[in-house]
Amino acid sequence: MLDYSDKVKDHLLNPRNVGEMEHPSGVGKVGNPVCGDIMEMCIKVEDEVIVDAVFRTFGCGAAIAASSMVTELIKGKKIKEALRLSKDEVASALDGLPPIKMHCSVLGVEALQKAIKNYQEQKSSLKN
Amino acid sequence: MRIYFDHAATTPVDPQVEASMRPYFAGRFGNASAQYEEGQLAHKAVEEARIKVADLTGARPEEIVFTGSGTESNNMAIKGTAWALRDKGNHIITSSIEHPAVLESCRWLERAGYEVTYLPVDEYGLINPALVEESIRKETILISIMQANNEVGTIEPIAEIAEVARRHQIKLHCDAVQTVGNIAINVVELGVDMLSMSAHKLYGPKGVGALYIKEGTSLASLLHGGHQESGRRAGTENTVGMVGFGKAAELARERLIQGPARLEKMRDTMIDGIMKRIKWVRLNGHPKRRLPGNVNISIEFVEGEGMLMHLDMMGISCSTGSACQAADLKASHVLLAMGLSHEMSHGSLRFSLGHLTTEAEIARVVEVLPGIVEKLRAMSPLTVKERVNA
Repeated sequence: MLDYSDKVKDHLLNPRNVGEMEHPSGVGKVGNPVCGDIMEMCIKVEDEVIVDAVFRTFGCGAAIAASSMVTELIKGKKIKEALRLSKDEVASALDGLPPIKMHCSVLGVEALQKAIKNYQEQKSSLKN
Repeated sequence: MRIYFDHAATTPVDPQVEASMRPYFAGRFGNASAQYEEGQLAHKAVEEARIKVADLTGARPEEIVFTGSGTESNNMAIKGTAWALRDKGNHIITSSIEHPAVLESCRWLERAGYEVTYLPVDEYGLINPALVEESIRKETILISIMQANNEVGTIEPIAEIAEVARRHQIKLHCDAVQTVGNIAINVVELGVDMLSMSAHKLYGPKGVGALYIKEGTSLASLLHGGHQESGRRAGTENTVGMVGFGKAAELARERLIQGPARLEKMRDTMIDGIMKRIKWVRLNGHPKRRLPGNVNISIEFVEGEGMLMHLDMMGISCSTGSACQAADLKASHVLLAMGLSHEMSHGSLRFSLGHLTTEAEIARVVEVLPGIVEKLRAMSPLTVKERVNA
C-alpha cells in the first residue's frame, strides 16, 4: 500500500460527513470515471456561513480522505474563507499525501469550489 | 497473522529452497566459470539446477538459459528474435493483454521501425487463434502470446496458436511466468520455440528467471561479455539464485501432482462465496480456463484501492486493477481490453492463492469483504438509479 499517513487512514476508515443532503444550498460534482475519482459535495449555507457539508466519493483512499477532510475544514467557515481553502492546506491537514496522490486534494477543493459556485448562482437567480 | 493473497505478484521463498541456497553465499562462493575446485562446485550446482528447471517444463537442460528475471526473459525473446531475424521481416504479433515486459519491448521495437499487431481479446480475455492467423504477413517474424494472464488468470490456447505458427513457420514465444510451477506444462506439447519463466512466482528467489530456447532457434543476446550460458547471456552466474530456482522447480514438480486441484476448489469456493454475498459483482476472466489460484472480480460502484486499503488494515493483502494503485494512474489495460468500463476496471480486486492458502483464509475474505463493500458503496456518488439499471 502507498505510504499514507495515519490521518489519511483514519479518514478512510472513519470518513466524516458522508452522505447526501435534503435541500442543499449548493452541490458540486467533479472528476470522471477514466481517472477513477468521482466526488460530490453538498453544502448548507446560512448567513454566508457553511453550517453543514457532506460528500460522496467514488475513488481511492486519498480521494475519500481528502473529501472527508475538506468537509471538516469548511464547516463553520464563512463562504469567503472557504473559497480560500487550498489543496496544500487539505494535504497538510491530512499530514501529507504521497506526491502521486496530490491530485486527490485538488479534486476535493474543486468539488467545494463548484458547490460554492452553485450556491452563489442559485442565490443570484433568486434575487433576479 | 497476515493473510497473503498476492501470489501472482510474488511468493515467499520455500524454506527448503532457502536452505538449498545458503551454502552458495559464502562457503561455495566460487565463480562457476572458474576451472579450480570452488568454481567446479558452483558450476556443478548451476548445471544441476538447469536440469531441474528443464524437467519441470519438459525441455532439455541445454535449452534452458538462466536470466535475471521473467522480464529479462521476455525482453531477450522478443528483442533477440527481432534482431536475429531482422533480414527476414519486421512484423511481430502479440496481444493487448500481455505483461508490460512484452508490451513495452514491442513498443520499443516499434520506435526502431518494427511493426506490431496487438490482438484484441474477447470478454473472457481469450485470444482467438484464427485472429492470429489472419494477422500474419509475409514480414511476420515472431508471435508472442502469454500462457496465462497475470491479472485475470485466463489460460490462452497456446497449442492451437503454436499450430498456426508452425504452419506459417513463424517463431512462437510464450510468456509463462504465471503458469510454470502452477499448472503442468510441457514445452514440446505446447509447441513453443521460446518460453519465459521466473523463479519467484514458484517459491524461489527473486532476481532469477529463465528462457527456454528450443534447439536451433536463432536468437541474439541482450547482454554481451563472457561466455556464460553458452554465450547467450553474459555475466557471472548467479549461482545462489539458480540453485534456488532449481530447488523451487523440483518442489513445484511434486506439488503439481495434487496442488492445482486443491487450489481450484478453494478458488471456486471463494468466487461462489463472494458472488453469493455481494450484489453487482462480475467475475473477470474465464470461468473454467483460468489459473488454479486466480480470483479476479469487479465490484460495481466502488473503487479498488479503497477496498484494498480496508483489507490491508484487516491484515489481508491482495491487488487491484485500479488506476489509483498504478504509478501512471491508468486503469488495468487487461480489463479495458476485455471491454470493461473504466468504473468496473477501477473496481477490480485480484486475490491470488498459493499452496499455503487455507480454507479459513478464504472464509475470512468472504466474511469481511461484504461489509467493506457496503461501507464504500454508501459513500459512492454513483446513483441508485444507475445501480438499478446495472
